[in-house]
Amino acid sequence: MSSVLIVAEHDGQTLHAGVARAASCGLAIGADRLDVAVLGLDCEGVAQQAARIEGVSRVLSLDRSENANPVAAIQAPQVAALASQGYSHVLGPSTTFGKDLMPRVAALLGVPQVSDIMSVEGERRFKRPIYAGNAVLTVEAPAGHIVVGTARLASWPAAGEGGDAAVEGAQTDAELPDHTSWLELKSAESERPDLQSASVVVSGGRALGSSENFSLLYDLADRLGAAVGASRAAVDAGYVSNDMQVGQTGKIIAPDLYFAIGISGAIQHLTGIKDAGVIVAINKDPEAPIFEIADIGLVGDLFAIVPEIQAAVEGS
Amino acid sequence: MRKILVTLKRVVDYNVRVRVKPDGSGMAVEGLKMSVNPFDEIALEEALRMRERGEAGEILAVTIGGDECQQQLRTGLAMGADRALLVKCEGEVEPLAAAGILLEVIRREEPDIVIMGKQAIDDDCNQTGQMLATLWGRPQATFASELNLNGDTARVTREVDAGLEVLEVQLPALITTDLRLNEPRYIKLPDIMKARRKPLETLAADDLELAAPPALKALAYEPPAQREKGVVVEDVPALMGMLRERGFLN
Repeated sequence: MSSVLIVAEHDGQTLHAGVARAASCGLAIGADRLDVAVLGLDCEGVAQQAARIEGVSRVLSLDRSENANPVAAIQAPQVAALASQGYSHVLGPSTTFGKDLMPRVAALLGVPQVSDIMSVEGERRFKRPIYAGNAVLTVEAPAGHIVVGTARLASWPAAGEGGDAAVEGAQTDAELPDHTSWLELKSAESERPDLQSASVVVSGGRALGSSENFSLLYDLADRLGAAVGASRAAVDAGYVSNDMQVGQTGKIIAPDLYFAIGISGAIQHLTGIKDAGVIVAINKDPEAPIFEIADIGLVGDLFAIVPEIQAAVEGS
Repeated sequence: MRKILVTLKRVVDYNVRVRVKPDGSGMAVEGLKMSVNPFDEIALEEALRMRERGEAGEILAVTIGGDECQQQLRTGLAMGADRALLVKCEGEVEPLAAAGILLEVIRREEPDIVIMGKQAIDDDCNQTGQMLATLWGRPQATFASELNLNGDTARVTREVDAGLEVLEVQLPALITTDLRLNEPRYIKLPDIMKARRKPLETLAADDLELAAPPALKALAYEPPAQREKGVVVEDVPALMGMLRERGFLN
């Protein structure tokens, strides 16, 4: 019998969409108890959102001033203390939040971590990608120890809503360090959907040629209700900010529909999109590797094609 | 003057495509070009820049592995590290075990800052820095894209999914690097010659007498599922038609 604790990522107001995906991973382990830990300050609203995830048994709210912002060194001792209260598994989302926090939890518990769980093959047996997705490794966590892992979000569907778990206040007597101060989060304000949870994503590459030209993609994305992403080449060229990067070194995403526009398709980009539903590639080079994995390809000048798609969408 | 410890992992060069062995027992890495993990090169570059700005003194480069890893330490020395240390050890070393070994090195060397790559491009674990900071009982600032020292604190800008986060950590501290922190320098031939005369010590991991922590067992390696090659359409109306057929844009 497994009992799984999931660490919730949130911004103080909204639960991260990855938590419901990590919950699917927890349910695949065969959890007969699936609890979610929400560490925050005045985070009752977030705890209520977690309680609505289907399959969640209980939400544990650790509401205290030290948790006002997510600092791994402060959260880890609390998560490790909670996890030691009889859980067999503790999972986080494989986002920058989970990647920062969970190895600290594992180290405190003295156990290895299974990063980027793609599938569950048994209570202690998991598949995970290595070598930038060029191979899949099956690993087994050691018997007799708690399992710590992160769930690769693109591999898991979001668990449904409609749950009605109890929210309980929780406390730990873990000692918290004061060597780390959280100063600020500078985020690019965007009205568009979040890249990691959007069902449609429009991404551009170096062929866009300038940051001004990206407005073509923003216009199309707004018409489609899509998020906008970019290849590493476009980020490195300075056309867009790094939080838009899709790929092994950026975000790994799995939208239902993905437009790769002016993206040649370097391995590291393909790694970030291979779980997408339908991939549409638009590129003037018919030999571009992106066409090897695209479901629908269109060879030609993006500056002619994108406005034509825009017009077709508006006309429909 | 601040002392900096940088870790360098020997990995298959990032330009080489690695494949699974036909029998699924591991990766076919024999004979492939090996390099310093790219994120670790960024870590060393950042240490060198601190020293050039007068913010750091000695830079020690450390790795764990077999004798062949001396090659990557020599690369580190050629880039500009002052000393190198190889902790000799056979077989796979998982992040938790590596963190335990590095903690021993920290106890002996007492660095003010440890800089590591955020992940190695072979196992893609992204764990060792965080685990080491935890065992060390010190702060971490992972995925750094900007690093500023001020007395006994460091202000670090981190690349997080939502944008850029700024932390202030007290030294000693552990930093892990993201791609945009800097662009590592190229090594010139005279630097390679000079590196041959720099000290490279070795230490047997067994002599540290560390208890082996619990470890994962690798059961099988397999190639990833391949997407099937799709179709190429002639024009936008054909594209729109196919998308509508599949239930999009309706």
